[in-house]
This record gives sequence, structure tokens and C-alpha cells, in this order.
Amino acid sequence: MSASQAIPASPAASKSGDRILRYTLSERINHWIAGFSYLYCLITGLAFWSPYMFWMAVMLGGAPTSRFWHPWFGLVFTASTLWMFKVWRGDMATTEADLAWKKAMPHYIRNEDDQLPPIGRFNYGQKLFFWVMLYGAILLLLSGIGLWFVESIPWSLRWLRYLAVTVHVTAALVTIGAFIIHVYMGTAMVSGGFTAIVRGEVSAAWAKMHHRLWYEQVTKETSAKK
Amino acid sequence: MSQATLEIVRISGHAGPAPGEGVKRAEQVCKLIDTTTCIGCKACEVACLEWNGYTFTDTVFNNSYQTMPETAWNYWNLIKFNEHEREDGTLMLLMRKDQCMHCADPGCLMACPADGAIVQYANGIVDFQQEHCIGCGYCVSGCPFNIPKFNTNTKKMFKCTLCADRVTEGLEPACIKACPTGCLHFGTKDDMKDLANNRVQQLREHFDFANAGVYDPPGVGGTGVIYVLHDATNPEAYGDLPKDPEIPWVVRFWKGPAKWLGNLAMMGGIVGVAMHYLRFGPKQVDSEPDDKKKDEKGGRP
Repeated sequence: MSASQAIPASPAASKSGDRILRYTLSERINHWIAGFSYLYCLITGLAFWSPYMFWMAVMLGGAPTSRFWHPWFGLVFTASTLWMFKVWRGDMATTEADLAWKKAMPHYIRNEDDQLPPIGRFNYGQKLFFWVMLYGAILLLLSGIGLWFVESIPWSLRWLRYLAVTVHVTAALVTIGAFIIHVYMGTAMVSGGFTAIVRGEVSAAWAKMHHRLWYEQVTKETSAKK
Repeated sequence: MSQATLEIVRISGHAGPAPGEGVKRAEQVCKLIDTTTCIGCKACEVACLEWNGYTFTDTVFNNSYQTMPETAWNYWNLIKFNEHEREDGTLMLLMRKDQCMHCADPGCLMACPADGAIVQYANGIVDFQQEHCIGCGYCVSGCPFNIPKFNTNTKKMFKCTLCADRVTEGLEPACIKACPTGCLHFGTKDDMKDLANNRVQQLREHFDFANAGVYDPPGVGGTGVIYVLHDATNPEAYGDLPKDPEIPWVVRFWKGPAKWLGNLAMMGGIVGVAMHYLRFGPKQVDSEPDDKKKDEKGGRP
């Protein structure tokens, strides 16, 4: 073990400075399928939500076209979210390290990252976002099917029609809130985060600062393999 | 019809007030259906199909004289037959002509997100404009009478127009013209209400229908189609005619407070993250002393 510690960086890092693979190619592809299908549903959904945003549907080829594709893109979004669940469910379980991190979250918000306890591959906020989007996707799918085939819900069960509207709107608004924060953090707030989900790699320093336990784990694994 | 845009009082999914709203004031038109003199001949069903250019579709037999279970996108007018046992054990065969009620406060129009897909004319007629319809089916949820129906081929919604095209030209709706017993009447809302009340008086005094009454439900602001019923306390007996119809509260909330609460929340989210960026800025990756050989790509500086 002491011999392996002498090896400074992982094999992945040795290829291009101290870079560490954070997201595999399939994870990245799937993330962007989910991202763009959600964005399409968001824009067309907002058009149906308010007359003042109806122009968004016009820009995307007209409201009947938007109405036609919205549920299909919704299916794509749900499928890719379920795929994420399959792949990331282990990484997304809350750990004790997360609970300590959660307590210190105000420091994270104020960019006082040196005062945060070390955490694994995903932080508590990322996990929260994942579960919000997963349950949101499931609720949007179920209620969306109700809205898609609203006439197939018999008149005697019409409370289901009203339930579908309520659930779809509520779940949409909650995921929009999460989405705004996610996009902000991924593009503007966390430097290096956007590169990670596009090219898949982060620097060792980035990994150490944001996900020290994960960093230690992957460097140990790769050096053990050697 | 060049004046049509001046005769619109309400437009679905419209940003801002309806252009022409209040410019023209017209008499409220109204259809009166006297269920006590209807014989269920279905002449109105045929007339409706003929005038609106639909062919007769296959009937669905369900041990009744009824043509099909409910109205369809290409079958806007349906006589509902219901056997009703009265308290004294005698049987009544109730016949009610079902179609769009042309609510003064239309739930379909409130629910509709498409600009101009549903309009309410100054004379009270609620009409679907298929060229603006996006086929979302929200009107199905908004309607308390189960009337708007979807054409899966054209992806458009359809329902009774109250023969807006005929009424514009000073003609009565096709169903009224076809009725052989005179149980269907057409005129101004005030005249039809007078006529209905007279008939109700007659039913109460001469025919022992103590609960006879006019069906003009206030929950939707009154309707452009009103009924004379033998028993106004039990409209459900006439085949799903709701006792006190209202726009579902979910739809009211969705199209009212929820819209503004949701918009505020979304604006709040965007303003919130913008404020965070201005106050705290991005997270930089600290270069630690032992990271001498850290490459310059390690997080944007």
C-alpha cells in the first residue's frame, strides 16, 4: 500500500495531466437526452401554461405541433430518468457524510467550501435534485398519460381528470424550480461542473475540493489496480 | 360575418382582454328544451347531422332507444333515454336532448390554453374555432357537462355550435326547425325563460308535477340552453344532467391563483440564482500547497 501511495496520479490522470473521469460517455449522453427532452417539455409546457408564453409554442413550429410532440418528449425524458435511476441509485443514497454536509450547507451556499465535511461522488444537493427529478418524472408521466388520453377517462371517474391536471402542474412547477437551480449551478456557479458533464473529466483538485471521499476512492481503486 | 370580431366577448388563452369586448351588446340567444313534450323521435339528431355535414354513424345498442352512450365529435346532439321509477311505483320514460349548454361562464373556454380556439359571442354562443385548436383536451376537463369531443384524425375538438352560422343569418338552429312536437323553442333568453316558467306553472297546476321547474344552473352563470323538467329537484334522472354544475374548482384554481403563484415562484427562482451569483459568484477550485503540478485546467480560475 505504501508503495502504491508513491504513485502520484491515477492512470486516467496520467494521460492528460491530473484529470479524473467523473461521468462515463453513456452517462453524459443520457444526461443530455434527459436535459434536452426536459427543456422541450418545459418550453412547450410553459406555452400551454400561460397565454403570455404561448409564443414559445409558436416559435417551436406552432402550438398543435408542440402539443403533438410534448408527450412523446415526455416519454423520452422519463425513460432517460429511469435509466439514471438504474445506474446511479447506489450513488444517490443518503450517507452519514451527507447528513453532516447538509448541516453545513449554508457554508456551501456562501462558497465557504473549506468549512464543509468531505463527501462522496454526489453531494446532498445533487442527490436531492436527482430524487426530485425522478419522482417528478414519474408523477409527470402518470398524470401526463391522464391528460394525453383525457377522453378515455370515463365521465364517472372524472375526478381522475382533475387529479391529473393538479399533479401535472404541481410536479412541473417543483421540477422547474429544481431545474433552474441545477442549470445555474452547472453552468455558472460551480466552475468545472459543466466541463465535467460535457467532456466527462475533472481535475484532481476539483475532485478533492468538491468530492474528497470519491476522489480518495477512485485514486485508491486505480492505484490498487496498478 | 365581417363584424364578427366586434361580437366577441371572451377569447380562450388570450393575453390581455378580448378585442371588441363590450363594443357590441346583443340579445342573449337561448334554446328551450321542454322535456315534458319531447317524444324522443330524434328528428333533432338528424337535422343536426344534416346541417353540419356529418353522416349518420353506427348506433350503439344498450337496451334503450338511445343512439349512443354520449355525444361524439361528429354527433353533437343526442337524445338521452332514461327509465325512472317514481315514488308511487309508476315508471316514466325520460327523454332529454343533450348538447352543449352554452354556459354564460364557460369552463371549456376558461381551461383552453390556445389563443382564440374558443370564443364567446356577444349573443352568448360559445363556439370552438378549430383552426386555432391545438387538440390538448383541456376543455374536456373544464366542461361540467361532458360535451367537448376529440377527433383523433384531425386532432381538433368539436361540439354543438348552437348553429352560430344559422343564428347569424337570423335563422333558428337546425334542431329547433326539425322538432315536430314543438318541445324545442329558440329566442332571447328572457323570452325563453318566460315561456319555460309558464310551462312549469302549467305542469304544477294541471298535471300534478309539483316539482316541475326550469333548469338554468346558476353555478355556470346560467346557460344558453335551458330545460323544463318534470322534476327539477332530480336532474340526474335525465341522464347525467348535473344538479348544480360548476366549473371544477381544480380548473378555476389552475387557471386563476395557481397561474400567478407558479409564475411568481418561477420568477423567484430566476431572481434568486441571479442574486446568488451577484452576491457570492462562482465556486473556484482552491489550489492547495501540495498541488504544485496542478494543471491550469483544474476548474476555471
